[in-house]
Amino acid sequence: MQVTSRRFKEGAHDALHDENIQKAFSKVKSGFPVARAKTASELPEFEDLRDQARDLKDHILGNLDYYLEYFEDQVLLQGGRVHWCSSYAEAREVILEICRDADAKTVTKGKSMITEEMGLNDYLQEKGVEPIETDLGEYIIQLAHEYPSHIVAPALHKTKDQVTELFHESHEKYGFKERLTDPQALVNEARSILRDKFVAADVGITGANFLIAETGSTVIVTNEGNGDLTQSLPKTHIAVSSIEKVVPTLEDVSLFLRLLARSATGQEMSVYTTFSTGPKRMEDIDGPTNFHVVLVDSGRSDLLGSDKQDLLRCLKCGACMNHCPVYQAVGGHSYGWVYPGPIGAALNPHMVGLEEARHLPNASSFCGRCEEVCPVRIPLPKIMRHWREQAFETQVTPKPERWGIGIWAFFAKRPKLYRLMTRISARSLKLMAGKKGVVRKLPLMKGWSSVRDFPAPEGTTFMDQWKKQQREGK
Amino acid sequence: MPSRDKIFSRIRHNLGRGPLAEEAVNALKARIEGHVPHTIPKRTDIAHKEQVDLFQAKAEALAATVARISSLDDVPEALRDYLTAHNLATRIKMSPDPALDNLPFNMTPMLEINRGAAAPEDEVSLTPAFAGIAETGTLCMASSAETPSTLNFLPENHVVVIKASQISGSLEDSWARLRQKYGAGNLPRTVNFISGPSRTADIEQTLIMGAHGPRRLHILIVDDGPQD
Repeated sequence: MQVTSRRFKEGAHDALHDENIQKAFSKVKSGFPVARAKTASELPEFEDLRDQARDLKDHILGNLDYYLEYFEDQVLLQGGRVHWCSSYAEAREVILEICRDADAKTVTKGKSMITEEMGLNDYLQEKGVEPIETDLGEYIIQLAHEYPSHIVAPALHKTKDQVTELFHESHEKYGFKERLTDPQALVNEARSILRDKFVAADVGITGANFLIAETGSTVIVTNEGNGDLTQSLPKTHIAVSSIEKVVPTLEDVSLFLRLLARSATGQEMSVYTTFSTGPKRMEDIDGPTNFHVVLVDSGRSDLLGSDKQDLLRCLKCGACMNHCPVYQAVGGHSYGWVYPGPIGAALNPHMVGLEEARHLPNASSFCGRCEEVCPVRIPLPKIMRHWREQAFETQVTPKPERWGIGIWAFFAKRPKLYRLMTRISARSLKLMAGKKGVVRKLPLMKGWSSVRDFPAPEGTTFMDQWKKQQREGK
Repeated sequence: MPSRDKIFSRIRHNLGRGPLAEEAVNALKARIEGHVPHTIPKRTDIAHKEQVDLFQAKAEALAATVARISSLDDVPEALRDYLTAHNLATRIKMSPDPALDNLPFNMTPMLEINRGAAAPEDEVSLTPAFAGIAETGTLCMASSAETPSTLNFLPENHVVVIKASQISGSLEDSWARLRQKYGAGNLPRTVNFISGPSRTADIEQTLIMGAHGPRRLHILIVDDGPQD
């Protein structure tokens, strides 16, 4: 997928002034986080499960080679095929080849972030295979030629009115002429159009929330049922997954399942959790004849053993973005690549390069909510801090910023001088503020003061006030 | 180097080791075969009768509907009552499962029963369940020639027959049942865990039922006495 993370500041600025985006994202706060808090509080074991899940992920990552080989053996034993892909390009080619072998004209797709990463839809389209997204949110953004703004609710940025217009324009060719405004009617219309697509498709492509080593199964977790129709009606089912999703046993995946839906949408279980193992059995009367698992590395293995390995624990629940004040304000597209919010700020610099994504780790107030709600306790703020350090050390940070930090460091290392300077600044800022009590413009800091006022300091520094209080024995 | 080798060599290199030693491999293999559970929620640790009640309460909270019947012989009439109450089609696609062979549909002549996998025109399906999970009100469905999984998704209305004895506490209980039937390490092509009817919140986070799967899920619990 094309990366636009470099434009984070412009994107965020535009988003803050976009009425639709503000309307759409203002609803996040009262939705997912409230539901999550409720279901989490109803499960007394929730915090223990989070600890166990973190430890289990670490165990898996430490033995990733073993569990992947075990998984592969089981898939083969069940009559499926496994394709190992080091890069996106390789994965795209493998998938195209399977589609061509199946003489596929149309391909239905369940929601899959890894196929977003590799830009699969554009590629297939270009090669003459029509991909049809079937998750309602994905379907909406495919019609709009956009990409997901949330990893669980991809069309979160679209208002109902926008969907009304989009469906009205796009569905006329199917004989739907009415402009629908009721959400239920909109869903019904999409349902009836996609129904025919499910039946006509030659290949169904899904992602995988988990891969089970013990049984060679791929697992999808959905609410709509589109993933199941995608993978059970066409002759060929392709499950695409990144390599870190492997889980040893069915007992192990049970642990993650208890956390995933609760963390994502506040459900105890998503409506459909489906385990697919091999192609249909000889005597079965439905199900796919061919089952392919495409395993993609593309940067994952490089995180192993690094100070950012914890990112590989991610279950893709979206809790971090649901609880992030920055994400809620600037929306998903500002982040400029597949993963928005805190997980994007921590992961994207690795996936697309720090130079491209250097703004993202700065898009955080370090309030720590993301880490507080992460079901596998990924230390997201710590990882963002690592990126900030790395950006400075490798000179990715632009010169004026580096000079600013350098000047600050000079004073910070000389406490007496530092106190003198802060004393002078506190007084002069108070003078500058005058009676209004706020500073409207700061010299050399236009970027900061152009969008917010600086509250005037008291006039004396904290250290001076503290000393005074100590003297007066307060 | 083929990609598979590249990936494995990168994994091992970054983990700072070569392939695992035999001892470590044996320990991991034993871990897989040990099926050791993690913490199982205490809410499931109750008497069987209470588990069945919990299953019903949880399923209803998920917008499924539940009726309790006292024997399999009551299925046709319960099905008819449900269809009549919701003004639904009386043409049924039923799983070709021998367990449903002897349902007395002669009691309900208005119901047209066909058996097989789902077709796009089917509006109502009737299927057995493999197991029920009280913890979350979840149905476990296992695919086979007798229980095609498309019946769980394609029709707009899904009616499921489950015996009370098939319901137990936790998700882990389903693994035990599946391993007992299919052998450890094996699963049928498709195992569906179903928690309520299909839904979406993709338009302005408004909850809408019946996205792609069934709009309605009706569960008939056959009270067949204590757990088998």
